[in-house]
Amino acid sequence: MSADDAIVHVEGVVKEFGQLRVLDGVGFQVARGQVAAIVGRSGSGKSTLLRCIAGLETIQAGTIMVCGHEVGRPGSAARAQLRRDVGIVFQSYNLFPHLTVERNITLALTLVKKQSQEEAKKRASEVLALVGLTDKVSAYPEQLSGGQQQRVAIARSLALSPQVMLFDEVTSALDPELTAEVLAVMEDLARRGMTMITVTHEMGFARRVADLVVFMHKGKVWESGPTAELFGGPKTAEFSQFVASEL
Amino acid sequence: MSYQFDFSFLADRWPDFVAGAWLTIQLTVVSIALGLAVGTVCALVRVYGRALPRRLVGFYVELIRNTPLLIQIFIVYFGLSSLGLKLSAEVSAVIALVVNMGAYTTEIMRAGIQSIQRTQLEAADCLGLTRLQTILHIVLLPAMERVYPALSSQFVLLMLASSITSTISTEELTATANLVQSDTYRSFEVYIVVALVYLGLSALYRFAFWLIGLLLFARKRKLGTAL
Amino acid sequence: MIKLNVNHILYLVQAAEWTVLLSLIAFAGGSVVGLMLALLRVSKIGLMRALASGYIQIVQGTPLLIVLFLSYFGLGILGYKLDPLVAAGLSFTIYAGAFLGEIWRGCIEAVPRTQWEASDCLGLNRFQQYVYVILPQAVRLAIPPTVGFMVQIVKNTSLASVIGFVELARAGQIVNNSTFEPFAIFTVVAIIYFALCYPLSVAARALERKAHVGR
Repeated sequence: MSADDAIVHVEGVVKEFGQLRVLDGVGFQVARGQVAAIVGRSGSGKSTLLRCIAGLETIQAGTIMVCGHEVGRPGSAARAQLRRDVGIVFQSYNLFPHLTVERNITLALTLVKKQSQEEAKKRASEVLALVGLTDKVSAYPEQLSGGQQQRVAIARSLALSPQVMLFDEVTSALDPELTAEVLAVMEDLARRGMTMITVTHEMGFARRVADLVVFMHKGKVWESGPTAELFGGPKTAEFSQFVASEL
Repeated sequence: MSYQFDFSFLADRWPDFVAGAWLTIQLTVVSIALGLAVGTVCALVRVYGRALPRRLVGFYVELIRNTPLLIQIFIVYFGLSSLGLKLSAEVSAVIALVVNMGAYTTEIMRAGIQSIQRTQLEAADCLGLTRLQTILHIVLLPAMERVYPALSSQFVLLMLASSITSTISTEELTATANLVQSDTYRSFEVYIVVALVYLGLSALYRFAFWLIGLLLFARKRKLGTAL
Repeated sequence: MIKLNVNHILYLVQAAEWTVLLSLIAFAGGSVVGLMLALLRVSKIGLMRALASGYIQIVQGTPLLIVLFLSYFGLGILGYKLDPLVAAGLSFTIYAGAFLGEIWRGCIEAVPRTQWEASDCLGLNRFQQYVYVILPQAVRLAIPPTVGFMVQIVKNTSLASVIGFVELARAGQIVNNSTFEPFAIFTVVAIIYFALCYPLSVAARALERKAHVGR
């Protein structure tokens, strides 16, 4: 894959929090329509990497290109455009508690995309149908289970028709049965051809859905490649240990 | 005790009390609205602003909260006019009340704004909302909902404190009482009447703020739970 | 016309002593009434709770200025000589009592239920429970907001000027009547109030922080 085909292109990224170097020369690429799973132990830097790609952190060195926008450097002018092209879903859902499910979804459509209320509501019902929550339009977040809230968060992000969606450990706060319903939604999205980068602990999901696996260790990409290849024969002791411990 | 209570002045003078109470309502509604605006902006500066504006707001809040409203009123009315800025008693009263109210509201709203988690701002940012949109749609209403009880108590306190503007002869309720008692010499009775009117106004304000709260906070209206 | 001079400032500072004295009277009187109200508010007897609550509602729904007028003229009706200090002391006792009562009730209620149960199990009667278990803990919670309320008391003593009590605010008006420099004079008056109140505010905040860390 050449750099031109890559919708997300990460190269030599260094991220430091004060003295602490969290990302130490990280690089990988994701092509349009691919699903990438970033895996690794906690503290390996995988969530920070995703936050950098989302433009939520500034980086000290390297480049991140997402949909042709440079990300992560202070004062990146393309921020507004980036927000249009990249959706992100958080571990803690981060729904707006004072707004209904529908308004959570339509807010950015009306404010950012300047859609009319009717257009926005129509879009909201489309994406709610995709995540199977059509009946929750007028509910408030606190009335929903964690899994339902996370599905609304996915719908909210999806409504803006991003080209890439980032998922930051979206099932870590959920019970197993709720995890399953969220993963099913994500799998469905992947089948529809959405480009996705997901930081996850769900190895089963990674094996089943991801085209590409990136194993992070000590702030570096320790090992990466096509899913089957990587799981088929780990090259490093760290990765085989990790895979064994996650089973 | 041989004292004979005499409330007969009410027959003639009740329209004066009504007029006074009406002016009290007008003065305080304007002051509350403007004071809330000042306090909200200052609170936003206090939480999200740069170092210097943040410090200036802190100075303003401390200055106002540690000096009496009476003296603030005197400085605005007598002080500014001696410096050449002639203001009517009503305008002076509103300015002093707004400045005063603004300082207290800043502290209350600050607590509310600080209670909004950073992840909420991040989520709004990721959806592409501008900073102003985030503040208007994500921060302010929930912040206000969290501190609404404290805010509405402060509003009632302001209504009561507006009686102090009678000292610069703003013709509100207390000034009306002063006038009527000097005409009739039924001082105790006059102030009893006025105390009752203020109690009524307090109840009215509390009810009004409760109602406004219902209108403002749709989620709370529907679910009845605290945010 | 006399220019504002150092004698005026000294006069104001002396008047501030009356502000302090009146504040202390208000605090002392308010504490007695406030403690009574707080205990009544958590009483087991519904009527007591209702009475205390009614008192607090009425005082907190009436401007302090009106309370001052009512005390001043009310005492006159009862045949007492119209002494502003007595009227002011009475008013502030009434006023501070209501607010302190409400603050302290909150503190008593903040002592965990289990403390009542535990002391009950030890066989303490209600009086002993208050004296040995509940109040000592409530006092610790009560100190920061009480110090904070003292700022309100100091500021509000300025209202005693309207019934002719010569404290700091009234002294400011008197000086102004001879010098006609209201901006300068009331600024000085404000600075003196600030000097009295700000340390209390800072102390209240520091105590508040300490209490939070301790918990």
